[in-house]
Amino acid sequence: MTRGVTGVVLTLAVVVAAIAAPWLAPSDPARTDFALGLRPPGTPGHPLGTDQLGRDVLARVLHGARLALFIGVCTVVTTAIVGGLVGLLTGFVERWPSAAIMRLADVQLSFPFILLAMTINVIVGLGLRNIILSLSAAGWVVYARVVRGEVLTVKERDFVRAAAALGAGRARLLFRHVLPNVAPSIVVVASLQFSQFVVAEAAISFLGFGVQPPTPAWGSMLAESRDFLYVAWWLAAFPGAALAMTALGVNLLGDWLRDTLDPKLRV
Amino acid sequence: MRVYVLSRLAQAALVVFLSLTAVFGLVRLTGDPVLLFMPTDIQAKDVEEFRQRLGFNDPLTVQYGRFLGRAVRGDFGESLRYKRAALSLVLERLPATLLLAAVAVGLTLVVAVPLGVISAVRRGTLVDHLGTLAAVLGQAVPGFWLGLMLIYVFSVQLRWLPTGGTGGLAHLVMPSLVLTAFFAARIARLTRSTVLDALGEDYVLTARAKGLAATRVIGKHALRNAAIPVITLAGLEIGQLLGGAVIAETIFAWPGLGRLTVQALLNRDFPVVLAAVFVTSVTYTLINLLVDLTYGWLDPRVRVA
Repeated sequence: MTRGVTGVVLTLAVVVAAIAAPWLAPSDPARTDFALGLRPPGTPGHPLGTDQLGRDVLARVLHGARLALFIGVCTVVTTAIVGGLVGLLTGFVERWPSAAIMRLADVQLSFPFILLAMTINVIVGLGLRNIILSLSAAGWVVYARVVRGEVLTVKERDFVRAAAALGAGRARLLFRHVLPNVAPSIVVVASLQFSQFVVAEAAISFLGFGVQPPTPAWGSMLAESRDFLYVAWWLAAFPGAALAMTALGVNLLGDWLRDTLDPKLRV
Repeated sequence: MRVYVLSRLAQAALVVFLSLTAVFGLVRLTGDPVLLFMPTDIQAKDVEEFRQRLGFNDPLTVQYGRFLGRAVRGDFGESLRYKRAALSLVLERLPATLLLAAVAVGLTLVVAVPLGVISAVRRGTLVDHLGTLAAVLGQAVPGFWLGLMLIYVFSVQLRWLPTGGTGGLAHLVMPSLVLTAFFAARIARLTRSTVLDALGEDYVLTARAKGLAATRVIGKHALRNAAIPVITLAGLEIGQLLGGAVIAETIFAWPGLGRLTVQALLNRDFPVVLAAVFVTSVTYTLINLLVDLTYGWLDPRVRVA
């Protein structure tokens, strides 16, 4: 219970930071000031210090939260819809295309998520839209598998058979009777996947395949910080701490949701 | 048992075949694959010649057949950057990655599994809370940030460890720690929950009732039954472990498969990317094949099926 509360508090803090970033930030995240480069935390006007171009670290971390949450939400919604639909259909219609799609899902799972997303990124090109696209293309599989597994059992249950006997059409059976019973799993998977997507985006940007500088993304900030690790620890510490805090908050929230909604689910 | 092994081998071959097909499709989906396989500094008039030479003017089915035929023989073309066979380049780097992965799996077995068991057995005690806290933090802290912080503390401040590269044992410490952190955290949590489940089962109650020592109840009855989901997850997570290796290797300049793949992607060296995909997928499949075979050893029921 306390973990659930901690999760909610941390997640809310990140959400508030993201929404209120323009008002909370001491200055514009893109404004450079070469006279004030690499100042340590505690410098007047720059509570978390400045980077090599004199940009305010706090402002960049706060604006980074916006980007991270935006990418996370877009990816989670896309994957939930695509993966959920695939899972519903392949679970409901047990013909060979279903088996083929699930085989394909197995193959995709055999490949590291982050490498797959990066490969797609290189092929379709870098940029915000494409990183959401590549993360979604790499991430739908988990939903499809979990939802399909649930549908396979739910559709055999009495209330679904009764509805079918009463003449309900397939679409009605699927969306009116099966979907509401697998929805909790979709929510749980989404909450557990969210932090994975946020961290993956940061990792991909860190490796240079995602959001490009000067956009304040946590991953690209950490990538830039590597060159200054000997002189300016704060450039690496704060964006990473923000990322870890987000992941921790959302993970705890996800655990709590799972324990509440669907204790048997293991993702 | 033999039928089982053979059918699993056939499935493994199918997975590798499908992943090759997917890569072929992905590269062709981009529109003009010539642009992916060409050096970036090539002249416009040479593009057509390049296209002809690489066979991109042939029908798609012919190209696909040729790609598969070559892939089966291990021929993925020549690296654009190193001017060497892509597959041998990739295979050269594989041992370094496997070493990192093996250390991570070993550390996980030595640290995370016992931690999970102790947490479950001493549920609700301080040990359990601390163990769970460590696991939850381990899952949340991103590997590449952990790597940077380790470099800052142990290389920049304390000067105990080298920032990267290979050499002695000291070079191995930080990359394998980063790789272990995430993997171990998940395994510890899963071990805890499966051991908890097992402890609530009737056979554990029976074992206790007949007066078996606690260590024997846990070691022989609970742990053996809890092992299957843990090993399954460990096998499935090998893919993510190889993904984590990409990050650990890049941060610490570790000359493994992951770093090679990242560099190949950055240089748009697609023959190497294709070979790396192939090797990664074969590695993963073989490891999971081994995992499946251990079920038979752990659970006699699987042997019959």
